[in-house]
Amino acid sequence: MKSAVITFPGSNCDRDMHVALNKFGFKNKMVWHNDNELPKSDLVVLPGGFSYGDYLRCGSMASKSKIMQSVINFAKSGGLVMGICNGFQILVESGLVPGILLRNKYLEFICKNVFVKIDNNDNPYFKNLDKEVLELHIAHNEGNYFCTNDQLKEIEDNNQVAIYYCNDNGKTEEKFNPNGSLKNIAGIFNKEKNVLGMMPHPERMIDQSLSGEDGSLFFKNLINNIK
Amino acid sequence: MEVNEQIAIDHGLKKEEYKKICDLLKRVPNLTELGIFSAMWNEHCSYKSSRLHLKKLPTSGRKVIQGPGENAGVIDIEDGDAIVFKIESHNHPSFIEPYQGAATGVGGIMRDVFTMGARPIANLNSIHFGSSQHKKTKNLLRGVVHGIGGYGNCMGVPTIAGQTSFDSSYNGNILVNAMTLGLVKKNKIFYSKAAGLNKPVIYVGSKTGRDGIHGASMASASFDEKIEEKKPTVQVGDPFTEKLLLEACLELMAGDSIIAIQDMGAAGLTSSSIEMASKGNLGIELNLNKVPCRESKMTPYEIMLSESQERMLIVLENGKEDLAKKIFDKWDLDFAVIGKTNNTKSIELYYDEKQVASIPINTLVENSPMYDRKWKKTKLPKKNLIKKEEFKKFKIKEVLNKILSNPNVCSKEWIWQQYDHTVMGDTIQKPGGDSGVVRVHGTDKAVAATVDSSAIYCWAHPLTGGKQVVCESWRNLISVGATPIAITNCLNFGSPEKEENMGEFVECVQGIGEACEYLKFPVVSGNVSFYNQTKEIGIKPTPSIGGVGLIKDYKQMITMDFKEINNLVLIIGKTEGHLDQSLFARNILNEKNGPPPEINLFNEKNNGETILQLIKNNLVRSAHDVSIGGIITAVSKMCIKGNKGIEFNKRKYFISEIEYLFCEDQGRYVIEIDPTNFKKVISILNKNSVHFDELGKIIDKNMIINQKTKVTIDELKSYNTNWLSNYMN
Repeated sequence: MKSAVITFPGSNCDRDMHVALNKFGFKNKMVWHNDNELPKSDLVVLPGGFSYGDYLRCGSMASKSKIMQSVINFAKSGGLVMGICNGFQILVESGLVPGILLRNKYLEFICKNVFVKIDNNDNPYFKNLDKEVLELHIAHNEGNYFCTNDQLKEIEDNNQVAIYYCNDNGKTEEKFNPNGSLKNIAGIFNKEKNVLGMMPHPERMIDQSLSGEDGSLFFKNLINNIK
Repeated sequence: MEVNEQIAIDHGLKKEEYKKICDLLKRVPNLTELGIFSAMWNEHCSYKSSRLHLKKLPTSGRKVIQGPGENAGVIDIEDGDAIVFKIESHNHPSFIEPYQGAATGVGGIMRDVFTMGARPIANLNSIHFGSSQHKKTKNLLRGVVHGIGGYGNCMGVPTIAGQTSFDSSYNGNILVNAMTLGLVKKNKIFYSKAAGLNKPVIYVGSKTGRDGIHGASMASASFDEKIEEKKPTVQVGDPFTEKLLLEACLELMAGDSIIAIQDMGAAGLTSSSIEMASKGNLGIELNLNKVPCRESKMTPYEIMLSESQERMLIVLENGKEDLAKKIFDKWDLDFAVIGKTNNTKSIELYYDEKQVASIPINTLVENSPMYDRKWKKTKLPKKNLIKKEEFKKFKIKEVLNKILSNPNVCSKEWIWQQYDHTVMGDTIQKPGGDSGVVRVHGTDKAVAATVDSSAIYCWAHPLTGGKQVVCESWRNLISVGATPIAITNCLNFGSPEKEENMGEFVECVQGIGEACEYLKFPVVSGNVSFYNQTKEIGIKPTPSIGGVGLIKDYKQMITMDFKEINNLVLIIGKTEGHLDQSLFARNILNEKNGPPPEINLFNEKNNGETILQLIKNNLVRSAHDVSIGGIITAVSKMCIKGNKGIEFNKRKYFISEIEYLFCEDQGRYVIEIDPTNFKKVISILNKNSVHFDELGKIIDKNMIINQKTKVTIDELKSYNTNWLSNYMN
């Protein structure tokens, strides 16, 4: 399986994602934002970080990079595109998934483990995963997901919510929401469910010595689903 | 403008210093030259009050690749790998503008590290604020934490450990010390020594603006009520540009184009160009019209003294300009050839085709002033005669609540949750432990780092305090299973022109030196920050020590959380009941006099090495050093982290129970061992003549101290975790 991770100026989780993808069997290539063409890939990842310093709205500058046209075309043709953290912000800014990511409710950067509940198994990312609640790690300042009521209705009608913040038992109450996101949303799909944007970083939880190993489950399952 | 004595004084120079400049030049300097002298000769750049004493510190050792004098120190961690690290202060700017002051402090120290070719792999910080009751404290704390996070998070370098304290002596002068560790291959270290004639001098990074002009001079002065007017001298950070600069520099460093490289930190283009020329015993010629400027019509004076951030100066091999330019273009960074090296041994500046300055380098560096300032020795205070009958009135549980929720003991999670501590995917011990630990990417090795200070002890008796803080650092490394290698120090003091403050400095340095020598724990880098003083009031002497150690197999790393019920808990090291200057004495008894606990370097070394031996034999399940708040505080934290309780053994105390639980005798650790290993452990302890107590055993959910005192883990948690977040929200 081939994957590609895009490096934007200011990306800083690109290497971590590269390490994770290679660890679980992908042959990953790093792609520069100023390139025109994507290499042949089964999965394209927009990594976390602070593209263009987040000085304008997070992700907005990166969404206009040269490579993004190819990424958009790839996604429209059904290719798998995953955006993590800043990558999620780039996805919403480029219109590949609906909504927007606002500043965290308490106006502070948050770095900690959270639990997320998988809402939807009818997609290549979470299909066959035998766990409903994953422990993942977040590290962001702008993860407060928001969209209009009409958008929310459409998202819910189409089962586009991928994961919700919850507790270890899968309860999705407001008090388990770290950033004030609408309905505890931590990640969403496009309508076709080939594009996934999420705030948590599975690539930071890929071995026992790190914050946990649920990231490993995610990647192992992902590559098996794609094969 | 004609330069005269008054203008020199306005630049922070003393009368005699101005006279010395005129004598050295054999003429009156012009304004640009005066600016350069004032930047190079201020305390921050010249170490004029401290040099004499810093020379006495032990700086070499088997593992030391580079000691003080470069951008950062370098130590060997085997297999061709090396760690580059340093700590630096950004106190004055952080008080004036906390966000930018702290942010640029973090940016500056990371630049020092990647200038040497190392990729930063961990950040730490030591931050000190005024009393929690003081009206400025909350905003300063919030600003500093946001600033540190804002810069470090954007750079994608994990912040893995730190220290925060509150003390009214910082009401008018907060401290912000930032430390960075970088990883480099031993044979790819870059230095700042220029070599060769007619080599191109390259400017890369951000454009030069008017920010931070005379920042280094500001950092060499005391504060008064007009300090807010200094806001324009605080630099503004741009972590995004620094991230690009990091990647571009490392890309260029992968080849062989660079002869010397130096970041533009304090005193900007002035100190970077002069340092490179001085180390290479060369001259340097710069055409200031070529310097990329953010604003038009900047004068040579402004260009030379700007402290705009995210800039580097490089001496390249001839013919490599195009290759280098291509890399910096790729990363959208400015690149300009602004001069060349020559054999004049002077710095010569040109602007609009006219020479605007010409100064022999040695007058700026070797001939800079050095003072043997007067200093006063601090006598060891007499021991307090604390009446033990008084102890009976205390309920242990109530005292424990007060101690665990004390601002200097309570959990700092509110702070470190705002720092990305997991990016780079190698953080195996997060903030909140004894040391932060990161793996050396792709290997079985890990590096542990800690930053510590003990201003109370240093204030009570600087010589003992200086020793203590080095020992504390050593213990924090040992507690995670790391072999201590070397330290970096950030020496924060009041005015060196006051005998008391200078005495504190001299004796703290002496104490640091003695402990480092004995423990074979040399100083490889550091900085001095004097004039942490508002009007007549100086801070408590606060040397911050950043210690670094190596764990050969990261799977042998130790954490402090209690692991398993029925395991045994031992106290290593002797508990003799020293309460003076303890948290208990100062905050519960309200007794602020007396000597700090004594340091016995033999026991310190012996106990520490024995713990390491136990860890290497897989006999230790958890460990934590005993520091402020004594045994009960250390054990409480192990209970909280492990979500387990402890039942203390009944014992006959030779000292009162209060003394046993709260005293702050040094050189002690708490360790958890498996009962089946008890004999093995005891035999090693006995063989090494290490004193130990059997404190108790691990149980579920409660801390049972004696028949009358039982505290639940949830109670312990609520004592310890709530204070800071309640205070800030």
